[in-house]
Amino acid sequence: MSFPVFKTLRNCQTIGLDDVPLVPTADFRSAVIAAVEGGSRICALFGVPKERLAPEVLTAAPSQGAVRFFAVLGNEDEGTLSIIATDVRGSYAALTPDCPQAHWFEREIFEQWGIVPEGHPWLKPIRFHKTYNKNQDPANAAETTIGVTDFFRMQGSEIHDVAVGPVHAGIIEPGHFRFECHGENVYHLEISLGYQHRGVEPALIGGPTKRTLHYMETLAGDTTIGHTMAYAHLMEAIMGVSVTARAKTIRGIALELERLANHTGDLGALAGDVGFLPTASYCGRIRGDFLNLTALLCGSRFGRGLVVPGGVAFDLDGPLVRQFQDRLGVAFEEVSAAVNLLWDTPSVLARFENAGRVSTKTAEGLGLVGPAARACDIGRDARYDYPAGIFRFSQIPVSTWNTGDVFARAYVRWLEIQRSVTFIRNQLEMWPEGKTETETNHIAPNSLAVSIVEGWRGEICHVALTDSNGSFSHYKIVDPSFHNWIGLAMALRNQQISDFPLCNKSFNLSYCGHDL
Amino acid sequence: MFNVLFKTAGQKNRTMDYPKSIPALPERFRGLPVIDAAKCGAGCRRCMEACPTDALRDGMEIDLGRCLFCNQCLRACPNGAIRFSREHRLATRTREDLVLKGGSLKLAESLDKESRRLFGRSFKLREVSAGGCNACEADTNVLGTVAWDLGRFGVQFVASPRHADGLFITGPVTGNMRLALEKTYEAVPAPKLVIVSGACAISGGPYVDHPEVCNGAGPVLPVDLYIPGCPPHPLTILDGILRLLSRI
Repeated sequence: MSFPVFKTLRNCQTIGLDDVPLVPTADFRSAVIAAVEGGSRICALFGVPKERLAPEVLTAAPSQGAVRFFAVLGNEDEGTLSIIATDVRGSYAALTPDCPQAHWFEREIFEQWGIVPEGHPWLKPIRFHKTYNKNQDPANAAETTIGVTDFFRMQGSEIHDVAVGPVHAGIIEPGHFRFECHGENVYHLEISLGYQHRGVEPALIGGPTKRTLHYMETLAGDTTIGHTMAYAHLMEAIMGVSVTARAKTIRGIALELERLANHTGDLGALAGDVGFLPTASYCGRIRGDFLNLTALLCGSRFGRGLVVPGGVAFDLDGPLVRQFQDRLGVAFEEVSAAVNLLWDTPSVLARFENAGRVSTKTAEGLGLVGPAARACDIGRDARYDYPAGIFRFSQIPVSTWNTGDVFARAYVRWLEIQRSVTFIRNQLEMWPEGKTETETNHIAPNSLAVSIVEGWRGEICHVALTDSNGSFSHYKIVDPSFHNWIGLAMALRNQQISDFPLCNKSFNLSYCGHDL
Repeated sequence: MFNVLFKTAGQKNRTMDYPKSIPALPERFRGLPVIDAAKCGAGCRRCMEACPTDALRDGMEIDLGRCLFCNQCLRACPNGAIRFSREHRLATRTREDLVLKGGSLKLAESLDKESRRLFGRSFKLREVSAGGCNACEADTNVLGTVAWDLGRFGVQFVASPRHADGLFITGPVTGNMRLALEKTYEAVPAPKLVIVSGACAISGGPYVDHPEVCNGAGPVLPVDLYIPGCPPHPLTILDGILRLLSRI
């Protein structure tokens, strides 16, 4: 459902910055809340300091310290996006009490710009960095120390905290987890991140520069194709460039290979977490076979250097296509055998079923995305809802399951593996002719564009604002993990703490994609 | 159960016989860069201007500690003077050795005799990701899979720094991870080694000179082995570790 107060746009559409409706903050708040109640979802909610916007898009002179909020909502039923803006100074009435999915965004805006959402139930830092707002009231501009904050505490004689991280036991990224436990039972898991914060968003301002593409490639290194594709789509939209069908096909294949590699790895790791070693060891290896297919295409197992604005830097042709088909066939046969063992093994199912359950209502309310949402019977998939690139021509069915538990998150991955392989096979048979790269153009000034891609973890949303010279005055990145970390916290409620590794792996979220 | 046994038989023994033979790398793999000075146009600086991390310097030097193996220089060069070879051996013992001058790279030498006696047959590492994007981490994890079977070399990644002989660091070392990294280092019993893997951990990589990062582990800890790449191929990592232990 869209509301007349919003500006409606499609995925990868560029609009003028002054086309974004600017409304009083109370109207902004009620419009966003009403739209979300009507079935829309917050894709991005962020602030930009007013002095960074060109004078021609301001309706009033910039006031010191004022921040313009932009809300980008997704209307899945219609396949459209809506956008609205408001100017805020100092504080405003938080959306979160009436619209829970705004909670992390409002904490982010508070941390970045020092604008206080009054009535936010748990207002604390998410990344632990200094405020970006130089005009901020010094009383609110306290220094932060990573991991030092007001954690939730339960009271009672047998209540205990378990603190884990930032350095974890395996070869994984750092983050801090606090379990509030009574015996083995977890009442709440608080997730405190920020250890991976590398300052990506501030570094993008004034760009694009020669480093921009490499920030995109390493935002979340396991999602190189997803993020570079979102960036390339956005750049092509804002430059008014269209890429060839051949380039779109190669990008689509690479995106699905990334999904195959990660889903296969995750299913193996889930098997490992319940002590079922056959699938764990086979999938660990087969994941590498999918990565090596990406390397066959572009030399890098993670798709580094493949996607560039205007197309792709590597072609797939002649004997390489045949080799690709053969190796994909072998890998699919082997992954099928390895994964199907899971569903035939009662001891695995006993551990997967009913573990880490998230209800559909919770998932809807918190705006979860990707396999985590689809495992809660939500048919949300950007490839279907907001198709861009090859997905405008070739659809992949949306895979869902309805139990919301570890089993559902595992099974959705298996369904997606099968459908991604079918998609790639079809693409390899319908091979469009043409170049792989198109000349790029200059960037439209004073514009805004939104780009959404369904990465393997879920919806990746990039929003760019340009200044009067056609440089980025702001670049917002929302990794799917930004929406989903709270989903993991919910999954752990009333679980045994010993099931944490299993639940965590069933989400497998990105730390650096969140921390930026 | 019979199904599992049947499927296991179908999967076969998949451990590669490296280092006896070297597994085939893809045709388009980007290993050690090679500059053909004869083709390089006088006064042309296009590759240097294109390089996102300023890894290319005057005098045709390439700092492999900064290089992302990203193709930008190759795409910018009008004369085809730069190419990436499929040479995967890249690890060095010092930061200076990573600066490639005139084509040859001084590969890592092994530890001294006493250190080899201590670590040569059993070498346990604690991995610390300090801002790593999960690509370096993922391709380090791969060494534990059946295909690589790192354990057969006596090398293992362990959960506690107390059980480790050294640290294996990835990521540009964010300010927010610095204390945790230092504490983990202190928790490793001496004598201990530090291995840094990937452009980020060596120099900061694409994040070099961001105020939020320390430009890699070098400014924080003493480093014994540098493994370049973005991310390094598992073969490059394994080659570096085995060279350090004098196993190849």
